[in-house]
Amino acid sequence: MNNNNRHLISILMENEAGALSRVANLFSARGYNIESLTVAPTDDPTLSRLTLVTNGNEQIIEQIVKQLNKLIDVVKLVDLSETDAIERELMLIKTKAVGEQRAEMKRLAEIFDGHILDVTDATYTIELTGRSEKLDNFLNAVEKDAVLEVVRSGTTGIARGQKSLHA
Amino acid sequence: MELITGAEILVRCLKEEGVECMFGYPGGAVLHIYDALYAQDDIKHVLVRHEQAALHAADGYARASGKTGVALVTSGPGLTNAVTGIANAYMDSIPLVVFSGQVPTALIGNDAFQEVDAVGITRPCVKHNFLVRDIKQLAETVKKAFYIASTGRPGPVLIDLPKDVTITKAEYHYPKKVKLRSYNPTVKGHAGQIRKAVDLILSAKRPMLYTGGGVILSDGSPELVELTQLLGYPITNTLMGLGAYPATDHQFIGMLGMHGTYEANMAMHECDVLIAIGARFDDRVTGKIDKFCPTAKIVHVDIDPSSISKNVQVDIPIVGSVPSVLRAMISVIRDEKLKPDAEALASWWRQIDEWRDVKSLHYKNSDTVIKPQYVIQKLYQVTEGKAIITSDVGQHQMWAAQYYHFDRPRQWINSGGLGTMGFGLPAAMGAKLAFPDQDVACVTGDGSIQMMLQELSTMKQYHTPVKIVNLNNGYLGMVRQWQEFFYQKRYSMTYLEALPNFVMLAEAYGHVGMRIEKPGDVEGALREAFAMKDRTVFLDFITDQSENVFPMIPSGGGQNEMLLAERDEMVSTHDEGMVLL
Repeated sequence: MNNNNRHLISILMENEAGALSRVANLFSARGYNIESLTVAPTDDPTLSRLTLVTNGNEQIIEQIVKQLNKLIDVVKLVDLSETDAIERELMLIKTKAVGEQRAEMKRLAEIFDGHILDVTDATYTIELTGRSEKLDNFLNAVEKDAVLEVVRSGTTGIARGQKSLHA
Repeated sequence: MELITGAEILVRCLKEEGVECMFGYPGGAVLHIYDALYAQDDIKHVLVRHEQAALHAADGYARASGKTGVALVTSGPGLTNAVTGIANAYMDSIPLVVFSGQVPTALIGNDAFQEVDAVGITRPCVKHNFLVRDIKQLAETVKKAFYIASTGRPGPVLIDLPKDVTITKAEYHYPKKVKLRSYNPTVKGHAGQIRKAVDLILSAKRPMLYTGGGVILSDGSPELVELTQLLGYPITNTLMGLGAYPATDHQFIGMLGMHGTYEANMAMHECDVLIAIGARFDDRVTGKIDKFCPTAKIVHVDIDPSSISKNVQVDIPIVGSVPSVLRAMISVIRDEKLKPDAEALASWWRQIDEWRDVKSLHYKNSDTVIKPQYVIQKLYQVTEGKAIITSDVGQHQMWAAQYYHFDRPRQWINSGGLGTMGFGLPAAMGAKLAFPDQDVACVTGDGSIQMMLQELSTMKQYHTPVKIVNLNNGYLGMVRQWQEFFYQKRYSMTYLEALPNFVMLAEAYGHVGMRIEKPGDVEGALREAFAMKDRTVFLDFITDQSENVFPMIPSGGGQNEMLLAERDEMVSTHDEGMVLL
């Protein structure tokens, strides 16, 4: 019961000023964890889609879901961890690419379905997308000293199948 | 097409919402609004002496009347002063709509004079808030605010109004209805859950009703009384729920919780089915969570899903408004002619009556020094149990809750969740404005009263004759009590050495002041004070400095681990330790 499981919660909110702070505030005020959070408007400009990764036992997640639903601006939400869902995160990574490293890094990027977006005589900037674990694995595979900068978007996701979340 | 200013639009909206009385304090950012208020006399505006009081007065007005309270404050310090009052209303789920002035939109974010981020500061303590940047959205926002504040689980809603919005002109159109796709509180309980709950309730051998402020907020008292009497079960009320069930009825076994009665807490501990209605399992009620109602299956009726299984896991949750759910339960029971287990119930009542015989609210009276409990008992007698009682926070609050027996909802007005010292006096003023013909008394202490003393001036100006019952023990009594019990009597910062002469102070504000030092004078003073129908009277009762609030469940204790007042003849009726102090 007390297992801290990772949950991916996807929220459809009114696209109002302060909507994001309401969610962020709720988590800090009630002492819940946020691992990552992404937010952007949807095809309907009056709505924002916010995806967050949190963890906690069943009871905590139940409270998180209820408290989020209680926010007036929240239209609907779904715990994607409870369904079959596609998860994606984007990572941009700048690495050293000198001498033998150049070929090595290019091969590694290809193995992970990455794209090299920018090249200098000493660096590559690589784009990778996938589940967070895949991005972690890439980072583990790259020589530590070679990493110059890492930027991650946080996870976002969508349910598989015909189900869709809309207002 | 008539164009009017934002300030005029606001005033029209308030009239449309049926606002008769509001509380506030002017300042630069709200000058246009005050100018619009000046031009009308449908809405009475009460000028308080501090913005916190505006909120507490609007709150007291709302609690007494059931209407949504309205307050208006200026930007910056006006708003920050109001925050305590907003948080207070939020914790007790009181419907308020609060308007705060803001610097002009062009200056927002520039650290302008008297600028604070009002929506940011209040976000954690409002049900919702709005910043109106566009005059075209003003009327609709006001409509939404009143709707959100008063429906579902009520609460305060803030509207921040930049000064330019209040002078910009627009056409006035007030929407008749408002619908929010993101907000749609459930009113009607799930029929299947209600059925399951009824079955469980009727199967009980040792049932217990535990009800809170939600019953009062939803005006569910008639349904609660009907259901309780139909079942014949014992009932306890939380501090916020007092008055929802008549305290003088036999089935009422007193308040529960930290300073509840022995019988209520023991019955909670021993019950096999707990029916929680509009209550939120607050830590002051549950005591130590793992020791809470160890043998009970729990039904919980609440309009707020996030209140359910927050602190205590329940077996049958029902989301819905109290009167609607209780009516549904009553009709199932009546239609199917269902009956509780009479034999089990009779034996349960015998057990409860034994606990009752402990007389946990008994105290030793004195002929020489005034006991605070005695003052409340006399207040109850003199007002024939009919007055609206507000209170501040501390020992006096607990004594008022214990010794004034509230027979009707909205008669007891106190700061339960936030525990805000200073609440009582402005709340009394608000209640008196809602019910000018009823007796209103503010039970307070020498600590609390000094937090909002300036409102004596407002009360003079608006002629709100309330009776202030000051239980003056020269201490911050509740803190002193804890220091006595848990800090080896190290009375750190709890003795108020330089108390003012409250009689002269009351007189300085144009009221009547009385100082009462002898137990024999208590009743006479109260009678004299209440006979002065049109005067505010400050009754300064000099009470026993060392009196403590009993019974008490010390923090971390279970419901069956109550401390009772010193009594030699006290015999434990329950084997699991009743700790004598």
